[in-house]
Amino acid sequence: MSNAPLLAPSSPLLSVRDLTKHFPIKKGLLGKTAGAVRAVDGVSFDVMPGETLGLVGESGCGKSTTGRMILRLIEPTAGTVEFDGIDLVSLDSRAMRRLRRKIQVIFQDPFSSLNPRMTVGAIVREGLTIHKIAEGAAADARVRQLLDEVGLRPEYVSRYPHEFSGGQRQRIGIARALALRPKVIVCDEPVSALDVSIQAQVINLLEDLQNEFDLTYLFIAHDLSVVRHISDRVAVMYLGKVMELADRNSLYEAPQHPYTHALLSAVPTPDPAKEQARERILLRGDVPSPLNPPPACVFHTRCWKAQDICRVVEPPLLQVSPTHQVACHFPEERKLV
Amino acid sequence: MADPLLRVRDLRTYFYTENGVARSVDGVSFEIGAGETVGLVGESGCGKSVTALSLLRLVRPPGRIESTSEILFDGQDLAKLSEKEMRKIRGARMAMVFQEPMTALNPVFTVGDQIAEVVRVHHGGSKKEAWARAVQMLETVGIPAPEQRATEYPHQLSGGMRQRVVIAMALVMNPALVIADEPTTALDVTIQAQILELMRELQQRLGTSILLITHDLGVVAETASRVIVMYGGEIVEEAPVDELFKNAHHPYTEGLLNAMPQVGHERERLATIPGSVPPPTAWPKACRFHDRCPYAWDRCATEHPPLYQIGPGHSSRCHLAEEPERRADKHEPFVVMAGAEGRP
Repeated sequence: MSNAPLLAPSSPLLSVRDLTKHFPIKKGLLGKTAGAVRAVDGVSFDVMPGETLGLVGESGCGKSTTGRMILRLIEPTAGTVEFDGIDLVSLDSRAMRRLRRKIQVIFQDPFSSLNPRMTVGAIVREGLTIHKIAEGAAADARVRQLLDEVGLRPEYVSRYPHEFSGGQRQRIGIARALALRPKVIVCDEPVSALDVSIQAQVINLLEDLQNEFDLTYLFIAHDLSVVRHISDRVAVMYLGKVMELADRNSLYEAPQHPYTHALLSAVPTPDPAKEQARERILLRGDVPSPLNPPPACVFHTRCWKAQDICRVVEPPLLQVSPTHQVACHFPEERKLV
Repeated sequence: MADPLLRVRDLRTYFYTENGVARSVDGVSFEIGAGETVGLVGESGCGKSVTALSLLRLVRPPGRIESTSEILFDGQDLAKLSEKEMRKIRGARMAMVFQEPMTALNPVFTVGDQIAEVVRVHHGGSKKEAWARAVQMLETVGIPAPEQRATEYPHQLSGGMRQRVVIAMALVMNPALVIADEPTTALDVTIQAQILELMRELQQRLGTSILLITHDLGVVAETASRVIVMYGGEIVEEAPVDELFKNAHHPYTEGLLNAMPQVGHERERLATIPGSVPPPTAWPKACRFHDRCPYAWDRCATEHPPLYQIGPGHSSRCHLAEEPERRADKHEPFVVMAGAEGRP
């Protein structure tokens, strides 16, 4: 990996274009392809250096698949992912492996993402060895330093994951991601499995580390208040597509897509007075199957504003202001609280 | 005032494990009135789910409900009933909605059969009648095409539909009390909104009392009229819902509320509660929260606080009730995060 300087801050560090993943469904003895799950369907966005882009949506909307395609843990069906000017999708696996030290990941479940047979030290050290960054005493010192940076005692190096609580395990996962001094970290639901007070500790840590090491985050989560807290910009996904993408304040205070309206209005507020005053939009039914998504606008089957055009023409993700994009034929600003 | 529907007195549920006695529920007393929704909140390991299982007498060895405990429900002490007598109450007068609808339902029976079975066990009658009742119940919980859905298996339904089935099963005998343990935690937020709305609506129509167990204070604010906060196997605060959110008294409740991201304070540091919930085999002495508390003083480490009455319907297990001026002395808790959090 070259140590070439990054592009000017005005150009994106990560640029995703028309990213698509269709998981084929095989049927019968001969394994004939009998359709596809359209998990991600033409997703495009940029992530600027040093920013946090939040990616929200309900289960099955494709947010995690998007994150994994960026890391090439899942091979995209189509589309490009440009990192620092290099298209990751076209790299061979060796080149990709070398580049992966620049793009790291933190997983949701701190219980299954750490190898139970490896000590904490070995887990954090593995990347250093594989990428030949440090060996011997230098690696030991680096591991201890990393544990210290994530708020764990350096003495913990010789312990095993089961000896730690959920919050501490998530810190181990963060230390492992940090070990290679990455530019980008894909955070895939990093606090969803944690209790609220522990969640706050981990969010603070992620923000501190971002400031200290100039990190760029793609923050994937379903919890809208956590995403609001940590993100600079937010993309809302539904059935494999981006419905709305805007800076945090526009998205939460003046959302324009009906799905975003419904999503935000469904979040319970921890304040009974506000709770009674707020407007609530109840969506009918469930998310349609990604095996057979509705034609044109994927949201039209549940949308109260849907007209004929929504069933025929897919609305493109259009700029409605310099910092706000919406994919809807009838966007409309709406205050929800 | 009439007797409450449920009156729990000094409930203690201990687990006798190799690592010592886990006092998961340790002297809990509360009441639930007819038609009331009470929220029970706290983090993992605070004892809220064991409290729920104890009410239904579903605690398995090495767990045991201690003999001092009283669970007065409908004029009977459930803690003293035989298993056979208890079975008549469970599912009929008192029912439970579990968090994970996939594990609460039997994968090899149709959902209609599973609901009908509850009717047959408690009510008798013909298979046909029970089936008709099951279909009617599915309709009540808002499942479209209930005759068709009743013949389907759990895996054919979405998560939200499954949770509706579980609710239908809980309500089919028209119970007086439903215990809902994290009923929406596994669901997406728009589906959660549907289920909470359904529970509210059914409660108004049927007059069922609900004990809602959750870690989500937003869900409590939306649903409950009274809130009980647990920590370390004890109730640490109890208040009407508005009062709790406006005037939280116990430092743990305060910590929980402050730890949530707030609108208008984006990218600022969140308040945290240092450390984590201690294991139930080793609750700290005296006040169980003192080593994580930003106000703790020497008294907190030596004297176990009672539940002080601090307002109408509002009680708090904190010595600040007697020495409110101490709230000004906020300090760093005595634990260092990395050290005290470790279980080893």
